[in-house]
Amino acid sequence: MSQLPKAPAPQAPSRAATKKELPKHLKAYKHIWVFIEQERGQVHPVSWELMGAGRALADKLKVDLAAVVVGPRWDATNQVIKESFCYGADLVYVVTDDVLADYRNEAYTKALTELVNTYKPEILLLGATTLGRDLAGSVATTLLTGLTADCTALDVDAEGSLAATRPTFGGSLLCTIFTLSYRPQMATVRPRVMAMPERVEREVGRVIEFPLGLVEDDIITKVLKFIPDRESSKSNLAYADVVVSGGLGLGSPENFQLIRQLAGVLGAEYGCSRPLVQKGWVPADRQIGQTGKTIRPRLYIAAGISGAIQHRVGVEGADLIVAINTDKNAPIFDFAHVGIVTDAVRLLPGLTEAFRKRLSPHARDRLAS
Amino acid sequence: MIEERFDAIVVGAGMAGNAAALTMAKRGLKVLQIERGEYSGSKNVQGAILYSDMLEKLIPDFREDAPLERHLVEQRFWMMDDHSHVGLHYRSDDFNEERPNRYTIIRAQFDKWFSKKAREAGALVICETTVTELAKDTHGKVIGVHTDRAGGLVRADVVVLAEGVSGLLGTRAHLREIPKPANVALAVKEMHFLPSETIEARFNLKGDEGTVIEAVGTISHGMTGMGFIYSNKECISLGIGCLVSDFQKSGVTPYELIERFKRHPSVAPLIEGSEVKEYSAHLIPEGGYKAVPQLYGDGWVVVGDAAQLNNAIHREGSNLAMTSGRLAGEAIFQVKSRRDPMTAANLSLYKKMLDDSFVMKDLKKYKDMPQLLHIQSQNFFLTYPQLVSKAMENFVRVDGTPKAEKEKATLKSFVSKRSWSGLFGDALRFARAWR
Amino acid sequence: MHIVVCIKQVPDSAQIRVHPVTNTIMRQGVPTIINPFDLFAVEEALRLRDKFGGEVTVLTMGPPSAEDSLRKALTFGVDRAVLLTDRYFAGADTLATTYALATAIRKIGTTYGTPDLVFTGKQTIDGDTAQVGPGIAKRLGLLQLTYVGRIVSLDPEAHSIEVERRSEGGVQHLHSRLPCLITMLEATNEIRRGSVADALRAARAEIVKWNAQDAGVEDITKCGLKGSPTIVKKVFAPSPRAQKATFVEPSDQPPAEALIAEIFEGRPKLESKLAELARGF
Repeated sequence: MSQLPKAPAPQAPSRAATKKELPKHLKAYKHIWVFIEQERGQVHPVSWELMGAGRALADKLKVDLAAVVVGPRWDATNQVIKESFCYGADLVYVVTDDVLADYRNEAYTKALTELVNTYKPEILLLGATTLGRDLAGSVATTLLTGLTADCTALDVDAEGSLAATRPTFGGSLLCTIFTLSYRPQMATVRPRVMAMPERVEREVGRVIEFPLGLVEDDIITKVLKFIPDRESSKSNLAYADVVVSGGLGLGSPENFQLIRQLAGVLGAEYGCSRPLVQKGWVPADRQIGQTGKTIRPRLYIAAGISGAIQHRVGVEGADLIVAINTDKNAPIFDFAHVGIVTDAVRLLPGLTEAFRKRLSPHARDRLAS
Repeated sequence: MIEERFDAIVVGAGMAGNAAALTMAKRGLKVLQIERGEYSGSKNVQGAILYSDMLEKLIPDFREDAPLERHLVEQRFWMMDDHSHVGLHYRSDDFNEERPNRYTIIRAQFDKWFSKKAREAGALVICETTVTELAKDTHGKVIGVHTDRAGGLVRADVVVLAEGVSGLLGTRAHLREIPKPANVALAVKEMHFLPSETIEARFNLKGDEGTVIEAVGTISHGMTGMGFIYSNKECISLGIGCLVSDFQKSGVTPYELIERFKRHPSVAPLIEGSEVKEYSAHLIPEGGYKAVPQLYGDGWVVVGDAAQLNNAIHREGSNLAMTSGRLAGEAIFQVKSRRDPMTAANLSLYKKMLDDSFVMKDLKKYKDMPQLLHIQSQNFFLTYPQLVSKAMENFVRVDGTPKAEKEKATLKSFVSKRSWSGLFGDALRFARAWR
Repeated sequence: MHIVVCIKQVPDSAQIRVHPVTNTIMRQGVPTIINPFDLFAVEEALRLRDKFGGEVTVLTMGPPSAEDSLRKALTFGVDRAVLLTDRYFAGADTLATTYALATAIRKIGTTYGTPDLVFTGKQTIDGDTAQVGPGIAKRLGLLQLTYVGRIVSLDPEAHSIEVERRSEGGVQHLHSRLPCLITMLEATNEIRRGSVADALRAARAEIVKWNAQDAGVEDITKCGLKGSPTIVKKVFAPSPRAQKATFVEPSDQPPAEALIAEIFEGRPKLESKLAELARGF
């Protein structure tokens, strides 16, 4: 369920041409907001990444960048407010209430919707996480405004409108989307798509508090309990420094252990391309690409992955992409930095061993001496 | 068990199955068609040739909405050695007629359309359902089918087996034998996508014109086989097929074969820069007349590739399949309308109708050809192409050698490779098989 | 109990190709499938129906050919299929899509009985937004439970439901009220195979086809391209990187070592970082 594929050519230009001056009541919408996502006092890094992107937009438009912090009345929330300034907020809107301790759609939608209706931002950015997507859809529908999901680039055009770029047609193409005569212009961005900005120690600035106006009895959905993921079982793929992944070129599910072994030696996370998830070889939370995780590791090793665009958009942020593939014409070599044309299944055991040797403390001592 | 009983169950929704289902449904029979794939054509990535005449007999106005690629105005035959080809090239503007005779099609799309026609005529089509077994009564008469879905036996007066060359139902039920490796070719194919303008420029075409190239020679490594290149609208179907028995003997893999074919200097420029859709393999019956099995029995008939109805010499399969499906449907309708039971004796009408049609007549004409080409495959697919190519080079290249000497050298090369008696023998055998 | 499941027919994106010159989509021969995520929603709905009785209606919006997907849903044993198709719906973004679907669900309610539950998949594989489910819920005033991995319990009499919902860092156990909208997480169940009787019924079934008017759309300007606040201004292929990959072509050393040498060539920081990681930091 989502946007129907839009036939780009015939309609887009005709409607783009109809872009008219904003109605007067919408001109009051100003400034850029970033929703700071937190779960039990832990801010999701995507929020800071969005602050970085929001800062750039705000500077271009010469408007303020505001962080929106919604949460319970506890110390952790105050800490989040402070951090928001360190990541570039000019001001912070705060809705605190103990009924906001856990994320619940009803309460959070009310908080954010009323805040928007009161203070009128022109752009509202959220992380495309489970929380962000749950919230953004409700808020945009309530406000009857446009929402562009899963953007890979954000910019403003000459007239100051948000130009949100996202993959389309299963990631085969990119499209740039505008929100016409509606405000705010909403967009979500997936973790790791934007670079993490530098944190600069700053004093707490202007904080605007807003009352929620809800009591627990008003909220129908109750959180019976919350079971956090055990650190060990949770894949930290999106934020890993080194990622090794495999694709169909591995030939069989058994061969995927070669990927896990190399990842083990490198202290890396492992991932895979979409077909492997579809075939049931690897669990879905390990999928890298447009429909899986976006990664920005320092080193990414792709073995037996052809590099369809939908995979490419998930890995382009990596500092160094190393591709192993039998087909020298595979698209992955168009965006990899280092490539080797060979059968990954044959190369991987030796590569794992060679890395083990090269990276062992013993070997390094020898090198040093 | 399903209470309902059908007049006929058609197993398979390829050319033959769809033709049978459509024919019977149009005649008002209660038809159930069962297809293994997600939809008719879903398992078929073949680019193919469609022959208008046979389809017109089923759907006279098919040109209105059938997914046709290009109508053929040109046919090229290539005899290839490793670096060259000698070609025969026939092109005629007469083929740019109002109702063109042949078209390239993409089977996945065409079959889907064909199946829709059968459904519109009233056939009930269920997909993603595999018929696992033919149900027989105590006298051995086929009375229905079992499928891989829960619900048990589905009954019908007659079962039309249109399950393709490797269909196991008929062989498992001992209605026919598993085809011998010498009677089946394995063809590997690829779809090469290119902008239509590029295809038109490379093949010298305009608008919806299309061309077909069929090639024999060293590309098949001395095996009995043939390569082909079809121009579709926005893609080129390219493939090569050889007898399964030859693959077994030679140890050459189909993958190597198609890679080599694609790299051939006559082929590579045609597909350069294309985007390849993954390659697929497909079995083609090649046994000809002598391999045609028993075609009918108590409560069943077999049609299309499953019945080895394929003219390997003219590369015609789909029209034989379509015609056999149509005739089976007609025969069943006639038996039904006489209120006769679907016994072997009554269903022999199908065989009679097939014998009277071009299908059996053509197959009979070439009955010795498959064997000849097979036994002599080294000569016909390796030695001759090389010799012919050498002869052409000798003829074309100007290097100061007197023409008489050149001719002598050419003749000598033929005789030394094949001997006079060998050459005459081959010519005679070939002429006989063709006649 | 009446359950409505929204599904979408999507192009099998693995088979989409882009025209190398014009950068437009080459649709020729691209097969369509039911959005794979929606199948988990269909199966969950069927399980609830099997347990509590009632009916499952599938709904889709799309071109007339979307009938194929609905018919397929019927082979799973779904009771009814509704196709919302009208040229006015074309070009809809999420907001316009939710307007049309919510309107149709209301109509389904008045025609076949008010739904107790509405299901969607967690997202589609073509649009990928995960926004339509929440949008429908908001428009219908339903409570929304997204990314549900398991329905722990359901009491149709008491109108209560308990679910496990995936959140970013864990699993929420939620208690809520019917009617509500659930977006189902992937890999939570496996779509069933209908019986021969289901397949026959599906082949015969009349698909309910509604245009905008039939579905009860009152304001056509809220549909399709007209009703979409967002517009696609530009579609383009990602620009290729200026430089192709440096190929490692080992000659005098094993390929693995040649590759590692190339990786660390001029990147001492990367090597020390890797050594650190390898030691388990």
